[in-house]
Amino acid sequence: MTDKNQDIDQETGVETTGHDWDGIKELNNPLPRWWLWCFYLTIVWGIGYVIAYPAWPLVNGATAGLLGYSTRAEVATEIARFDDLNADLRTALAAADMTTLGEDQDLQRFAVAGGAAVFRANCSQCHGSGANGAKGYPNLLDDDWLWGGDIETIVYSIRHGIRNELDDDAHYSQMPAFGEILETEEISALVQHVRSLSGAEYDAGLAATGADLFLENCSDCHGETGLGDREQGAPNLADAIWLYGGDPATLEQTITYSRFGVMPPWGTRQVNAVAAYVHQLGGGE
Amino acid sequence: MNTPDTPPLFAAQEPIFPRRVTGAFRRFKWWIMAVTLGIYYLTPWIRWDRGPSLPDQAVLVDMANRRFYFFWIEIWPHEFYFVAGLLIMAGLGLFLFTSALGRVWCGYACPQTVWTDLFILVERWIEGDRNARVRLWKTKWDFRKWRLRLTKWLVWLLIAVSTGGAWVFYFTDAPRLAVELVTFTAHPVAYSTIAILTATTFLFGGFMREQVCIYMCPWPRIQGAMMDDDTLTVAYRDWRGEPRAKKRVEDTGDCIDCMACVNVCPMGIDIRDGQQMECITCALCIDACDDVMDKIGKPRGLIDYLALADEPAERAGDPPRPIWKHALRPRTVLYTALWSMIGFGLVFALFIRADIDLTVEPVRNPQFITMSDGSVRNTYNIRLRNKHGEARDFRISLTSESILRIRQEGSASNILTVPPDSTTQHRVYVIARPQDEAAHTERTGLRFWIEDTKNGERAHRDSLFNGKAN
Repeated sequence: MTDKNQDIDQETGVETTGHDWDGIKELNNPLPRWWLWCFYLTIVWGIGYVIAYPAWPLVNGATAGLLGYSTRAEVATEIARFDDLNADLRTALAAADMTTLGEDQDLQRFAVAGGAAVFRANCSQCHGSGANGAKGYPNLLDDDWLWGGDIETIVYSIRHGIRNELDDDAHYSQMPAFGEILETEEISALVQHVRSLSGAEYDAGLAATGADLFLENCSDCHGETGLGDREQGAPNLADAIWLYGGDPATLEQTITYSRFGVMPPWGTRQVNAVAAYVHQLGGGE
Repeated sequence: MNTPDTPPLFAAQEPIFPRRVTGAFRRFKWWIMAVTLGIYYLTPWIRWDRGPSLPDQAVLVDMANRRFYFFWIEIWPHEFYFVAGLLIMAGLGLFLFTSALGRVWCGYACPQTVWTDLFILVERWIEGDRNARVRLWKTKWDFRKWRLRLTKWLVWLLIAVSTGGAWVFYFTDAPRLAVELVTFTAHPVAYSTIAILTATTFLFGGFMREQVCIYMCPWPRIQGAMMDDDTLTVAYRDWRGEPRAKKRVEDTGDCIDCMACVNVCPMGIDIRDGQQMECITCALCIDACDDVMDKIGKPRGLIDYLALADEPAERAGDPPRPIWKHALRPRTVLYTALWSMIGFGLVFALFIRADIDLTVEPVRNPQFITMSDGSVRNTYNIRLRNKHGEARDFRISLTSESILRIRQEGSASNILTVPPDSTTQHRVYVIARPQDEAAHTERTGLRFWIEDTKNGERAHRDSLFNGKAN
């Protein structure tokens, strides 16, 4: 095959490439040359790309590329940019008078959105992702507050925590373990009285005995009618909400051994935001 | 790779110098060019009043705010199915036209064809018709050639810039962007978009031309599947034309081998070789051949729109079947049916779009909570969409078989305010007192009602209230 035009396919009149596989020949419909140049261009581009951008995998990471481009750095820049955009809002929030936060819609939205994120990361472990609490961990959606549900008290509670030893200003109170003070029968009587306060079913005979015991032992903190005292974090016993449970067995346990729920102090960063979030969950005062 | 033994696998682009042609199809194509280019360049400048705080551009793809405006229609991202539907209609429309009339899209309406046509027109004005251009191509690069070439390229470039320039006007307010563009204050994206589209227009319309159709576009290769023997397409009546001969002797066909059809072809092919992938059915060869047939006193239609199915009949001397018989066949009927079904569906969907968009998302974490007075409370996130140009106030209420109360977070009123052209979320609480049935029933149905305080328009959504089961 010395002459390139020698081999012409009879059917189509198109020359063949001259290749012959068991009598099957390949037609040669030449591609345009610019196509070939485009192909070479992609190779050149590829080489340039490998030099300019991160490409070759190494043991730890990859070659950095001359442009020093990195998606992580890009994300970091983006985050920094948005942080800058929000800098004013953040400063304003840190210095804000929380009682009038609702007057500034933008600031309120910023606080609630940021607080929600912080809450999910730091608070949801105990209080639940829906903020509805768990046994021993208060439900933050309802209107029952141990230490107070106005925005300033919420800020204080988050900042200093409850019954912890890390912050001297933490809310502090302790109920005695009445198992060491009262007899078992007396505690059972107290339980029936406490149940009567919130309108639950109770044994009237025992409750009468319990009423006297309650006045003697409990009313200093929980009040004579059991409405509680936020100054001391003493729960309201006359409402429908129980932190640990309102059934006789749980109440007996609570009175016998007492309870000692602890929350750590959260410092000052973003506390206003979390407080704003918690305050607007439906129970804020 | 080109050893003496193997033929070259790559070939240089053959230059094509389409000759000027006149005739019915050419006139039709001028009209199409004027209309399509007119639509393309002028549409962004049409104004359409939508009230305050909404753009007044009739056709606007507002990426930043995720809105698409088309005259009185406003599409939000969740209504993107309208765009999807239009694309499906465009696809089916292409199937329909291709199966009935071959590559009419390619030949008349494709931007590549329209812009190439315009570029060739400019080329002819500056460099002259085919013969002059062939001569110019062969001459050395002297002053005249440089002058003509540079003039041509400059005009092409102006067309290319205005093509890319018109494109960006669809994506933002055109008059403002126009001022920004000339004062060099526009966003870099606008300039880079114009630059890219200028480059592609200049290259595709001026130099790539038929190469785009043959090597870059997938459509020519797909169209084979849409066409059949009943498809009307541009073809040569070889039974009438052959044997072709320049000299008129006995037994020669009507074709005088004048090459008029080849010379006018923008794709540089010979239609007499039969249907081929390169042919975009622009019908210019029909005009050229009819012109010649008139001159030599033969009947028109040696090259014509015809269906291959008619060939046996025509060879036998019978007339072809009427066009409607070719057009009306199961395939085209099916395409038309599908096309109009989707079209009617979209129009229907457009008209039943609610003026008030209300969604209710019950919060299920937790399902309910008990309040200190023993009442049971459920929380719902209400989303309200206001497509109007002014803020709207909605009064929210509920109806239910049981007694339930409704309260909005952070407000004592039952009015939800939605700013113009936006969606807002409101948290509302529904409360059942301890003595009410819903507090002790596992599920109670309820219906939220939204009423525009101004014009009284209403909308509702059903949801459920969860009570304590035991």
